[in-house]
Amino acid sequence: MHIRPLAAIAALCLLTAAPFAQAADKPTDPQIAHIAYTAGVIDIDAAKQAIKKSKNKDVVSFAKDMVRDHEAVNEQALALVKKLKVTPEDNATSKALTKAAKSERAKLAKLKGAAFDKAYVDNEVAYHKQVDDALKTSLIPSAQNAELKSLLETGLKIFEGHEQHAEMVAAGLK
Amino acid sequence: MLSKLYFWAPMALALAMGAVSAQAETITVTVDKMAFSPAEINAKVGDTVEWVNKDPFAHTATVKGGWEVMLPVKKSGSITLDKAGTIDYFCRFHPNMKGKITVSP
Repeated sequence: MHIRPLAAIAALCLLTAAPFAQAADKPTDPQIAHIAYTAGVIDIDAAKQAIKKSKNKDVVSFAKDMVRDHEAVNEQALALVKKLKVTPEDNATSKALTKAAKSERAKLAKLKGAAFDKAYVDNEVAYHKQVDDALKTSLIPSAQNAELKSLLETGLKIFEGHEQHAEMVAAGLK
Repeated sequence: MLSKLYFWAPMALALAMGAVSAQAETITVTVDKMAFSPAEINAKVGDTVEWVNKDPFAHTATVKGGWEVMLPVKKSGSITLDKAGTIDYFCRFHPNMKGKITVSP
């Protein structure tokens, strides 16, 4: 009986760690563009859910910050791929990210009040950390185009900023 | 005699005012690509710091427990320094963006 929860946690860890593990085999620029854009969309969707569900002022304003920033980054990303005539290409990493985000959203949908706030903000910390690592170890070093690389570098600073912002919000919830 | 005084008094006043405004400077800090540049500045009491946000993202210049200047997308914001000391500020939306102002009397 005690094994089940442990197994569930292990499975969950695998699930969260998996999406970016596949990005290790050097993604191409069209794939990188798709992954970066998808990572932004996921965070926007998570934020929209929080804006709808949360009653906590700090959580809602944090979520609004996420929507505003990630929409701005994605707008830049779209402008860049258009300029470079690159068609973002769906790939295993993007798919795995979307799948993991979908299950996270379903999990959060069942929570309410303070439990939801905590789960959302904790996931924001973890998610941004995960994207930071992927940007640093895989996406930025793999990017061939200089402008794409530069946008990803700005993106990394934003994600790192959000991670710290989320940590501050998390500390305020305790 | 009187007319002379009338002539000189405003002149003296204008000169004095000119001297004051020439001393107080506006120091510009550019906010671009998620960073304050220059990140560290020196200023004097009475100087104004103006942040020019060139990013497509909203930022703030926030002092913990103190003032906050909102820096909307492609807009600028400013504050006049009213006392000496060292001011550490950051962006509330992206706390990894940091800056410092050293204000001398």
